Amino acid sequence: MFENIEMRVVLGNLLKETLEKDKKVVVLDADLANANGTLKLRDSFPDRAFDVGVAEANMASMAAGMASYGYKPFITSFTPFATRRIADQIAISICYSNMNVKIIGTDPGISAEFNGGTHMSVEDIGILRGIPNIVIYEPVDAVQLFKSWDAILNYVGPLYIRLFRKDSKIIFKDDYKFDLFKADILKEGKDLTIFASGIMVEESLKAIEELKGIDIELINVHTIKPIDKETVIKSALKTKRVVIAENHNIINGLGSAILETLENNPVPSKRIGIPDRFGEVGKMPYLKEIMHMTKDDIIQAVKELMTSK
Amino acid sequence: MDFKGISKQIRKDTLWTIGNLGVGHIGGSLSIIEVLVLLYYKYLNIDPSLPNKEGRDRLIVSKGHAGPAVYAVLANKGYFPKELLGTLNKNGTLLPSHCDMRLAGVDMTTGSLGQGFSCAVGIAKASKLSNDGAKIYSIIGDGESQEGQIWEAAMFAGSHKLDNFIAILDKNNYQIDGAVDVINSIDPIGDKFKAFNFEVIEVKDGNDVDQIDEALSKAKEVKGKPTMLILHTVKGKGVKSIENAGAGNHNMKYDLNKTAEFLKEVEEN
Repeated sequence: MFENIEMRVVLGNLLKETLEKDKKVVVLDADLANANGTLKLRDSFPDRAFDVGVAEANMASMAAGMASYGYKPFITSFTPFATRRIADQIAISICYSNMNVKIIGTDPGISAEFNGGTHMSVEDIGILRGIPNIVIYEPVDAVQLFKSWDAILNYVGPLYIRLFRKDSKIIFKDDYKFDLFKADILKEGKDLTIFASGIMVEESLKAIEELKGIDIELINVHTIKPIDKETVIKSALKTKRVVIAENHNIINGLGSAILETLENNPVPSKRIGIPDRFGEVGKMPYLKEIMHMTKDDIIQAVKELMTSK
Repeated sequence: MDFKGISKQIRKDTLWTIGNLGVGHIGGSLSIIEVLVLLYYKYLNIDPSLPNKEGRDRLIVSKGHAGPAVYAVLANKGYFPKELLGTLNKNGTLLPSHCDMRLAGVDMTTGSLGQGFSCAVGIAKASKLSNDGAKIYSIIGDGESQEGQIWEAAMFAGSHKLDNFIAILDKNNYQIDGAVDVINSIDPIGDKFKAFNFEVIEVKDGNDVDQIDEALSKAKEVKGKPTMLILHTVKGKGVKSIENAGAGNHNMKYDLNKTAEFLKEVEEN
């Protein structure tokens, strides 16, 4: 039902519906509403969908203040400005104060493409993972975003949505059931587990397609914090080999979260992700290539693990 | 109401709260005693028996290190038993030195400077959306005004004509590392807030209850824009040796013996 629809369009529609249903919902932007699909909300809700201008710190703390008043704010920006730039406001105004603020960061990792290194956050998950009391959630496609919306609304507290905003490859089927705190086993297997998030789920599926002789289990970890320990440990103990594929610095992202989860049950592992370097301008295929985040990189990691003792 | 007499009591309780612990942010607590008393005993539409009542007026003390003064007023207003003042910064306390909203009566957790002011602007915006007629007050420091976030928040409040927002600057002229003027002057601060579309009211003696009273009553009537009260205060006000310590009184050590001397001095003045 979401083929060829950009995720920001889905987001805009979901927010519109939510603003209609719940008078306590407000949407704050910091001059990127047009890019994030939230600009048109102002036509229908001029009071509750508004822009603070280029002032992300003020946006975050204002949202916390509004939440303390009983409102349910969503704040949006690109991932670097929704996290790195306002880490202290998120930590103190929102998380330490336990305010019901939803943070939407778009264009994670290499998906910032032509906005280049300045806009390419390789560290947003790492920054937020170190802050107590926040949920970190990254939907893979428009279906998952749509199916997760009620869970997002029902969760009271700080929650970060790491959102690819463009046209996503549809992975999930229309009958998909979402649980915010449960990872999705997309394919069962017994030889090796790939834990993947975001755009790297598609890449992992391509790799699996070419690795027909190996029985791979594929798990989409959509919620990176708190991570679904039960599913992660169970799968790793079963397959005893783990590859993690993510669109984030290999330091402090999903890979770190998985390996921390397995600290008492260590198994051979390899991490695919941004190799601790800054981004640069380019289209996704080029960026995947130079960051070693292609299906071939995943295939190589799988093969190395399968042949090692 | 005897605001001077109440201020004397709150000043003594604040001095004792920090003296009992042995160290604390005494300077910036004592400089705002009078304005806190005017707010809590005259201006704020609040009910201590219903600390979370919807539509109440709110006060966000963005210079969160003045927690001890805020706690002393809240205890005297009956938000919690006065004995709790003895737990300031002790293990497991509800009274950390920086204001914490887990304690009844505190409207926002503050301490990372600049953020409380933005939160207050968000609260003023929320009150406007709710159309509940509440007044939202926020106290900031002069050192704190060096934070960029203060100006992001001020720009929004001015731009959006939040006339339910009354800001108060505790201009006590000192920050931790020295005199504000020497380190990074904020002046002309009144002109700056005027330029950000605030009504600015200067209070020559920001520790004089009558002058503060007059300014707050004017501020309540301002329409179409937010207001900034600039209180020219004395850091450490009320105890000469603390006042004379200047920047040294920001976070000062003194024991209960010394506290007894300070209380006597406050009583006799």
